[in-house]
Amino acid sequence: MSALTFLTLLPLVGAVLIAVLPPRQSGLARALGLGFMLSVLLCSVVLALNYDRAVGGIQFSERHEWIPSLGIQYFLGVDSLSILLLLLTAIVTPFALMAAGPSAAKVNVLLVLLLQAALIGSFTALNFIHWFLFYELSLVPAFFLVRSAGGKPAAVAAFRFFVYTLLGGLAMLIAFLAIQLATGSFDLVHLAKLGRSGALEALLITRFGALGIGSCGIGLLVFCGIFLGLAVKVPVVPFHTWLPDAYSEAPSPVSMLLTGLMSKMGVYGLLRLLLPLFPARMQELATPLLWLALITIIFSAVAALAQTDIKRLLAYSSVNHLGYCLLGIFAFAAAPGGLPNDRAAAMDGVLLQIFNHGITASALFCFVAFIERRSGGLRGLADFGGLRAPAPVLAGLMGIAIFSSLGLPGLNGFVGEFLIFKGTFGLVWWGAMFAAIGLFVTAVFLLNLIQKVFTGPLPARWEKFPDMTAAEILTVAPAIALIFVLGIFPQVLIALINKPVFLP
Amino acid sequence: MEISRLILWIPLLPLIAAGLTSLLRRGQRGPAAALVIGSQAVSTLIALYAFLMTLRHGFEREVFNFTWLTFGTEPLRLGLVLDPLGAGMVLMVTFVSLLIFIYSHGYMKEDANYTRFFCFLSLFSAAMLGVVLSNSLLLTFICWELVGLASYLLIGFWFHKPSAAAAAKKAFITTRVGDMGFLLGMLWLYSASGTLLFYDNGAGCLERAATDAMAVQIGCMGLAVSNCIALLIFCGAAGKSGQFPLHVWLPDAMEGPTPVSALIHAATMVAAGVFLVARVFPIFEAAGKTSAALVVVASIGAFTALFAALIAVAQTDIKRILAYSTVSQLGFMMLALGVGSVTAAMVHLIAHAFFKALLFMGAGSVIHGVHEEQDIRNMGGLRKYMPVTFITYAIGMMALCGVPFLFSGFWSKDEILHVAHGWTVSHLPFYMAAAAAFLTAFYMTRQMFYVFAGKYRGHAHPHESPAVMTVPLLILAASAILLSIPATPAWPWFHGYHAGHAPALDWAKLLEHEFVSIAGLSILIVTLGVGAAWLLYGRRQLSATAPDALESAWAGGFKALANRLYIDELYAATVVAALTLAGSLFAWIDRRILAGVVSAAAGVSVASSKLGDLFEKFLLNLGFDSYCGGLRDCGNLFSGWESGRVQGYLRILGVGVVVLLALIGWLFT
Repeated sequence: MSALTFLTLLPLVGAVLIAVLPPRQSGLARALGLGFMLSVLLCSVVLALNYDRAVGGIQFSERHEWIPSLGIQYFLGVDSLSILLLLLTAIVTPFALMAAGPSAAKVNVLLVLLLQAALIGSFTALNFIHWFLFYELSLVPAFFLVRSAGGKPAAVAAFRFFVYTLLGGLAMLIAFLAIQLATGSFDLVHLAKLGRSGALEALLITRFGALGIGSCGIGLLVFCGIFLGLAVKVPVVPFHTWLPDAYSEAPSPVSMLLTGLMSKMGVYGLLRLLLPLFPARMQELATPLLWLALITIIFSAVAALAQTDIKRLLAYSSVNHLGYCLLGIFAFAAAPGGLPNDRAAAMDGVLLQIFNHGITASALFCFVAFIERRSGGLRGLADFGGLRAPAPVLAGLMGIAIFSSLGLPGLNGFVGEFLIFKGTFGLVWWGAMFAAIGLFVTAVFLLNLIQKVFTGPLPARWEKFPDMTAAEILTVAPAIALIFVLGIFPQVLIALINKPVFLP
Repeated sequence: MEISRLILWIPLLPLIAAGLTSLLRRGQRGPAAALVIGSQAVSTLIALYAFLMTLRHGFEREVFNFTWLTFGTEPLRLGLVLDPLGAGMVLMVTFVSLLIFIYSHGYMKEDANYTRFFCFLSLFSAAMLGVVLSNSLLLTFICWELVGLASYLLIGFWFHKPSAAAAAKKAFITTRVGDMGFLLGMLWLYSASGTLLFYDNGAGCLERAATDAMAVQIGCMGLAVSNCIALLIFCGAAGKSGQFPLHVWLPDAMEGPTPVSALIHAATMVAAGVFLVARVFPIFEAAGKTSAALVVVASIGAFTALFAALIAVAQTDIKRILAYSTVSQLGFMMLALGVGSVTAAMVHLIAHAFFKALLFMGAGSVIHGVHEEQDIRNMGGLRKYMPVTFITYAIGMMALCGVPFLFSGFWSKDEILHVAHGWTVSHLPFYMAAAAAFLTAFYMTRQMFYVFAGKYRGHAHPHESPAVMTVPLLILAASAILLSIPATPAWPWFHGYHAGHAPALDWAKLLEHEFVSIAGLSILIVTLGVGAAWLLYGRRQLSATAPDALESAWAGGFKALANRLYIDELYAATVVAALTLAGSLFAWIDRRILAGVVSAAAGVSVASSKLGDLFEKFLLNLGFDSYCGGLRDCGNLFSGWESGRVQGYLRILGVGVVVLLALIGWLFT
């Protein structure tokens, strides 16, 4: 058994063990779950350290035939992009479990472990069907986790989240079936090679040209199918409408997983599937794609201004931050002839942003979980005020996370955004120019959040608002430490991600 | 140790102190003050040493560059630089900070969050020193934003006051508007010159090769690239330095504790914009001494100087008057830069830092002495109760007004009028500046009469402040006078220092026609300003309730000025309203249209499936039903499994997976 299969199975074993625990043993289940998650973290770090950066490329690969007649293989491997996401998964999952605190039910621990396994599977898979199975499998635990808040709104939000993502997935599946029919392969590494040489589109035309869609229509159709699936997942405005409800109705620790990890599956898909397979198509469509990214950035930031619920505000903020990833990716694709270092800046920026947003956004939802625990579930901006007086530590630490989200230099959020802007400006200058509007509006709604919740007069009912407990401080301490370390010494992370495999 | 590495410690020490102080508990006041003031004192000593080193013969510049990160094959480098431009500034910042820290120890003694206050002050000092010493526009930007953060935290220090919280947010957001321009300018500079290092042995972005190239390329609208970049960077400078139209945050920033107003919003941070323009001046003048960028800087500066001085005339809050005065004086500095004289701007910057810090700390002493009263109409007669404060405040006031010969402000302002007069593009900025100088003398004299002359009109018991507050005042007052020595045209020390050669003492310069005419004019202006204020306010008993003398003369105009010419209201009605509207609109589009399309699609599919259902029920199923009766009984048996409990489902799912795997294993082996 290879290292990666072991890593995928580890949380599954944990899930099985928890499943067979006697009922009402949620304390033990939590301890067990946390133990398994920390082992996953340890293994991921060991994996990252053993990845030979000098050689690069795909390492630790493992390949078995699965259904040879359809070209389906059990094919695993990691490059620096995968390792980055594995590390993020390994960090955010236990973070979310700890944020849930003693309220986490046994079944939810089990579901989180299943979700972790699905995420690890999808971040290491190199065969489309293999990847797709895990990608879709992650929806099942996520669905039940979103629902676990109870009540009708949560059920509706979970249902919408599930159906929406599933439909996007179907579009993607059909597109890949077409690719398989044309090329006989689901192997992402092989397909990337075909994509780079332009052979992929040629094969599609040969296979489906007779359908009368036109010689370039089929390539566009397949491209759009895949893009649609990923656009729902990231999400790209206007395919985002499931997100505010899902993020706000789910319990906050689950929102941490949704924003910290599941949103990254979409960006990962863009980098692993779309960009390598259709470089020419992406370049051709770069202008509309860039506009979509800009609309995502600006629309979500401005919509966040109007939110009165902290979680909805953070949900839109999350869409906004992923918009910068889109911007960087599309700018990268738009100008293959641009300066190599501008392209490297854009791509490194995207990868940093993926990681940093995962840490910061999950930290923010974690603080919301703490606030909700004290307020009995209240989380409207108007419900609070002046909380900095009774809870200075909470205000200070959450303030750090908010300023990280706002892109304050010295904290982690800045570096990724700066590199994305630097690269984008060199490649497609107007993209960076319009995106700066988003940076501005982000500051407005985030400072609104601080102003409404933490400053001003303290309402009488919150006079006894308790500050953070030692356990809670311990929960967020790693995230806060990462916010500082990655902000001041970003090279730690950049050294890891320089040159993922899909970059020629 | 090399001097360029030693200067690293100037910002680093306060940064470390800030970090350590943030870990202290609320009650640990002594350690907090000791750490912060101690590290600032050491920084000041290093700054003094560095400054003395720059006085050595033949010293030009020393840099220390290092790699922060590497993307692609490109190292992104940051660095520090020590040169005359920065060394004077860094000495001023460390010294004024040190004095204000000591003063704060007295001023904030009663505050519950004393420890936090010193933590923020130290963070500010570190970031500000970073701005001054940076050798990379990126490092400047990083520190620039951190200075903004410290300013935000300190304006909103009394966070329970809604006005303070709102002012803090307003300051951050208004300056952020400018900072977006700064960011874009930086990105453009990066792609145009390939580096963000200022000086790098000929390869820096401020050095000839780069600036010459940027001056010949055309950017947009027929402007040279260097001009476009300069104007974008100027957006950031205008935001930070409160230039029109981004000045609105600075008067509101007076919500912060007075030491903060003195340090950040008078002496140092607000001057960072001026310093930034001075630092990247080679880009501004790349396309010529009267490049489009410089014309814009001069125009905005002159306009701001006059505009803010006008508003100051009708204010009644002691700190707001000083705040508008700061905006106006920053306008003077920008004007000096715009007409091409970095030295004139920097001399005024440094002189202003001392006397404006003095005035603010004097104002703090007054506010302290009359028990947190800030309205000058409720003061009066404080000369008797607070003699030290009165004398030092008067020195500061005379320096600000430009009372001749003895005060630094006279020489520095005179120099600006001089260079503005010599500007070849237009004389208008010169006249605007002269008018602003007249108004400055007028409103400061008005304030003096209201605060210190006549009888006390309030209800508190005024008292002099303790020595920990008055001693810094005396030191600053002495500086306001002494600084006039190296600023006179007779011994143009600053000019020589910035240009890198020793100044020569030449008394004859004082008698040159050009100097005499401008100096004569400015003496006349001060006399007129002070005289006019004396006529209106000095000759009669002032009253707390009666209308202002100007108000009786022209009520409408006075009201408009008192309401800051309605600029805030204008922004609230346009920019803020537009953003709010867009927010609601987008949220509405989200809920009603985008989500509506999805619901409609869902509705269509539900309707079509209902149709199919009916078709099935009535046409296909009738005969089928009897058969199904038997099946249903069977189904009831199985439905017992469908408990609705997730655990149950998962258990069955697990069993199913295991069975399946076993089956696959059995089939394929």
